[in-house]
Amino acid sequence: MAILDVEHICKSFGRTEVLKDISFSLEESQVLSIIGSSGSGKTTLLRCLNFLETPDKGTMKIRDKVIFDADAKTNLSEAQIRENRLHFGLVFQSFNLFPQYTALGNVMLARELEAKGRPDYKAKKKEILAEIEAQAKELLTQIGLAERMNNYPHQLSGGQCQRVAIARALAMRPDILCFDEPTSALDPELTGEVLKVIRELAEQKTTMIIVTHEMAFARDVADTAIFMDDGYILEQGNAKELFENPTQERTKQFLRNYQS
Amino acid sequence: MDTFFQQLPIVLHALNVGFLQTLKLFGVTLAGALPLGLAISFGTRSNIKIIKSIFKVIVWIFRGTPLMIQLLIIYYFPGLVMHNAIWGGGEKGRFIAACVAFILNYACYFSEIYRGGIQSIPIGQEEAGLVLGMTKRQIFARVKLLQMIKRIVPPMSNEILTLVKDTSLARIIALQEIIWAGQAFMKGSQGISGAIWPLFFTGIYYLICNGVLTVVLGKIEKKLEFFR
Repeated sequence: MAILDVEHICKSFGRTEVLKDISFSLEESQVLSIIGSSGSGKTTLLRCLNFLETPDKGTMKIRDKVIFDADAKTNLSEAQIRENRLHFGLVFQSFNLFPQYTALGNVMLARELEAKGRPDYKAKKKEILAEIEAQAKELLTQIGLAERMNNYPHQLSGGQCQRVAIARALAMRPDILCFDEPTSALDPELTGEVLKVIRELAEQKTTMIIVTHEMAFARDVADTAIFMDDGYILEQGNAKELFENPTQERTKQFLRNYQS
Repeated sequence: MDTFFQQLPIVLHALNVGFLQTLKLFGVTLAGALPLGLAISFGTRSNIKIIKSIFKVIVWIFRGTPLMIQLLIIYYFPGLVMHNAIWGGGEKGRFIAACVAFILNYACYFSEIYRGGIQSIPIGQEEAGLVLGMTKRQIFARVKLLQMIKRIVPPMSNEILTLVKDTSLARIIALQEIIWAGQAFMKGSQGISGAIWPLFFTGIYYLICNGVLTVVLGKIEKKLEFFR
């Protein structure tokens, strides 16, 4: 059973159709990379998965449970949207860390706020907060930033910020972690450390969807790949196959441009 | 010179009493206009068109006309036109009317500062909060608010220093604030008349007050330098 099924998603901004009949599925513990030129709809697709945009048509299912259906008459309440979007985590191109919180604070904040809604929060406040802090510290250790956990974002390099952002997303234990061009805002020197973290997550069988322009990385780390062009999925399948033997002329042309 | 030293305690006492009224008007205005301004800024950013328009017109009127007119109208209109002097008579009535006028006027100015502060926060902050499952209310209180405060402290400081001096406008409805108290010695009060030097003294009160405020506001700005 697939962990994610996306069926016939369409999305327009005004008259511009950005996503045209997008369908794909993703198996648990697999990594999907999405490639394509700028403006092909990759980012919008990720934003739809994370409920930052609402598709005009189509459905999304997590483990066969419908979490979004454009035809459903009932409007989802804000609380339901929140619950559904927590199936996904999203790492942004521009990190979007909260500047007034330390690295540790960034990783803990959302879980602290979530814990306040628990019925046993008042009775077990100390234990709950201690558990959240322990988990956050473990995540920061995992991404190699244990020593910098009390630093504020402006005291960290871009690569370190992005790693904190990854830890922050992981703290919510999403089923699927999405990356929106996670290294595009980084110096080439800092790109490696972020890719290394993502690679380690892949080895630990984290289910991920990665939008990236790092072609070699997309090929190596991904199990399956999607090539998008002008709002369509032109080609999808096994990552190695798609990169080495693309069937579509447009895909070949795109990949050639990256090799030169 | 002897007369100066005889008059000084009398004048200082009168100025102290006046300055207390000045400070009260300043404090009440600040306490009222800071939260009201935030509420108005939400109004001017409302998604409901009619609400947005109403608040924009209110802000336009209060920022577009002199505070002195607003004071006069708010104080005299109920009594003269509606034949119902809601503010009551005497110093207390004048003080309440002055507070209402100042709070409304300054809330409109503050609302624009708040609006600028909120709008200058990148959309990515809200989106990051949303994908982490935070509610809009939590995102405002725990993510955006402090960033907004940091951004508005410098323009807000400016308005606050202006407010200290603007309280003297309440003189127009004969509120007995410090200028009123100083001016009394020109016309004649407590056996002193034709004296202009008490007016110079009022200037010193303002200078000291704004000096203290500048230091305090500067400290707040410094405190918020821990993040960028």
